[in-house]
Amino acid sequence: MDFTLSKEHEMARTLFKEFAEKEVKPLAIEVDETEEFPRATVEKMAKAGFMGIPIPKEYGGQGCDVLTYAMCVEELAKVCGTTAVIVSAHTSLCCDPILTYGTEEQKQKYLPDLASGKKIGAFGLTEPGAGTDAQGQQTKAVLEGDEWVLNGSKIFITNGKEADVYVIFAITGMIEKRGRMTKEISAFIVEKGTPGFSFGTKEKKMGIRGSSTYELIFTDCRIPKENMLGQQGKGFGIAMHTLDGGRIGIAAQALGIGEGALERTIAYVQERKQFGRAIGAFQNTQFQLADMATKAQAAQYMVYKAACTKDQYTKDHKTSYNVEAAMAKLYAAEMAMEVTTKAVQLHGGYGYTREYEVERMMRDAKITEIYEGTSEVQRMVISANLLK
Amino acid sequence: MKVVVCVKQVPDTKGGVKFNPDGTLDRAAMLTIMNPDDKAGLEAALRLKDQYGAEVTVVTMGLPKAEEVLREAMAMGADKGILVTDRVLGGADTWATSQTLAGAIRNLDYDLIITGRQAIDGDTAQVGPQISEHLGIPVISYAQKIQIEGDSVVVERQYDDRYHVLKAKMPCLITALAELNEPRYMTPGGIFDAYKAEITTWGRADLKDVEDSNLGLKGSPTQIARASDKVRKGKGEKVTLDPSESVEYIMNKLKEKHVI
Repeated sequence: MDFTLSKEHEMARTLFKEFAEKEVKPLAIEVDETEEFPRATVEKMAKAGFMGIPIPKEYGGQGCDVLTYAMCVEELAKVCGTTAVIVSAHTSLCCDPILTYGTEEQKQKYLPDLASGKKIGAFGLTEPGAGTDAQGQQTKAVLEGDEWVLNGSKIFITNGKEADVYVIFAITGMIEKRGRMTKEISAFIVEKGTPGFSFGTKEKKMGIRGSSTYELIFTDCRIPKENMLGQQGKGFGIAMHTLDGGRIGIAAQALGIGEGALERTIAYVQERKQFGRAIGAFQNTQFQLADMATKAQAAQYMVYKAACTKDQYTKDHKTSYNVEAAMAKLYAAEMAMEVTTKAVQLHGGYGYTREYEVERMMRDAKITEIYEGTSEVQRMVISANLLK
Repeated sequence: MKVVVCVKQVPDTKGGVKFNPDGTLDRAAMLTIMNPDDKAGLEAALRLKDQYGAEVTVVTMGLPKAEEVLREAMAMGADKGILVTDRVLGGADTWATSQTLAGAIRNLDYDLIITGRQAIDGDTAQVGPQISEHLGIPVISYAQKIQIEGDSVVVERQYDDRYHVLKAKMPCLITALAELNEPRYMTPGGIFDAYKAEITTWGRADLKDVEDSNLGLKGSPTQIARASDKVRKGKGEKVTLDPSESVEYIMNKLKEKHVI
């Protein structure tokens, strides 16, 4: 077992760090305050290839591994949680299912523009009555001639109004399963601008405030028959498998948020003086920092392990990574929440102000315990594997 | 069109400076970056690649570790990397360096050579023009804008208060300013490709038409008598006073220090 990163990965980290420091960090406060989607930053990321890191070159991507992608999200999240989730949702929740389940025509049609960042991707599963209970879907798709007609709505959609390509889930019928009638769910690719597809309210959120979280509304929205993603009725499996991958992105985001807060706290406690000494000279501060750093390091190993396991899956589909992804997300998200909370505490009154960014990081951290499967769902996934 | 870009791996000034006992920089012990002016020169070459399909070859002279700067250049889009490294080339001043680089470039086919104006460690701005002299080609230094016109280059050469527009027939050499452009980032995929690519390594024996007496520390007319890190300023004093009191405070301090 070798925990050393390759030279390529080290250089990639240098790139992500430099980009984050120069292009993302200076805008982080403004993005949070204005709740505006950082379009110019996304264009710069597109130019640098960050919007298609794990997508094969034949589809216009960078052809890198999942670990490189996770490191990118991590470095972005160190300075701006919003920017990190834009990349994560785009890559893991839109590009990845099209790559995994799309027909060759669909991959050729959508992936080059997505991987180059010319277009942005999003994923629509959650509905007002269907969060953790994804089976509670109400959105329906009915086949009429050569078109599927979608009706219903999706909420809390990351990259909502800014995206161009959406992977959407809808009920396509009822099927009998173990003597009971259950909903048959299928996945579709829907393009922005399709008649009948509109946007509802924009969510006013606690954190990741620039990430454009919208309601998507489908009213007799007609999409071509060939836009079904994967087989009819396989939508639930596609959604779950996609979220397994997405969790690695969110785990990397959580990791970065925690590490970012830790970095700022280390700098702050060496500057801030109380009782004539830097507060870093007090043992309480030192012990808090030690705990924060240890947990961040543990989270990093778990996130990298999950990313490497997904890379194994790419080579050999017999490998599964859902437990690793669930564990990484669970741990990293809880670490991020704990570390950012401690960071605010160690910053004292200043930490509670928006001038010191640990306050934003604490707000950003909270969502990582909720989206793409709550911490409770991760525990369900992990324990189900233990007791099978 | 073939473009050769000379780049140098220099100490990252953020990481502190370390010296060898002989006064030269201990490059192996320092964090390094691609020299900023050279990076602008590389970007200029890559734009010629984007526009005219130019082939971009990057050459560096340095320790084996300088290979990193070539990988970085290739991750940005350069086609080939050549590392000139040999113990006998160590300790070179600008004369010996330019002789070495010219010796390497004589093996290459080129229309244009681009170097940075100067490196942030030596700050001499001599190597680029010296290479052109050794190769017997024209040089336009301090380029703030580069355009291709047929078989010539048209360059804006920067001065303090103006710029000159110069035209030179290729092959020629241009020295680039960091202000020339905003260098692109490496791409993640480019990094992995750069590490798969082979770097050509040349030693003394591969240098063409260069005398031993012009190489390395022995071939360097400049000898460093003494070198030291810049003495850092103290932390300073921070006081918070009302504007009315602060003017008097500052005046007193300036008098105390005999500034006024």
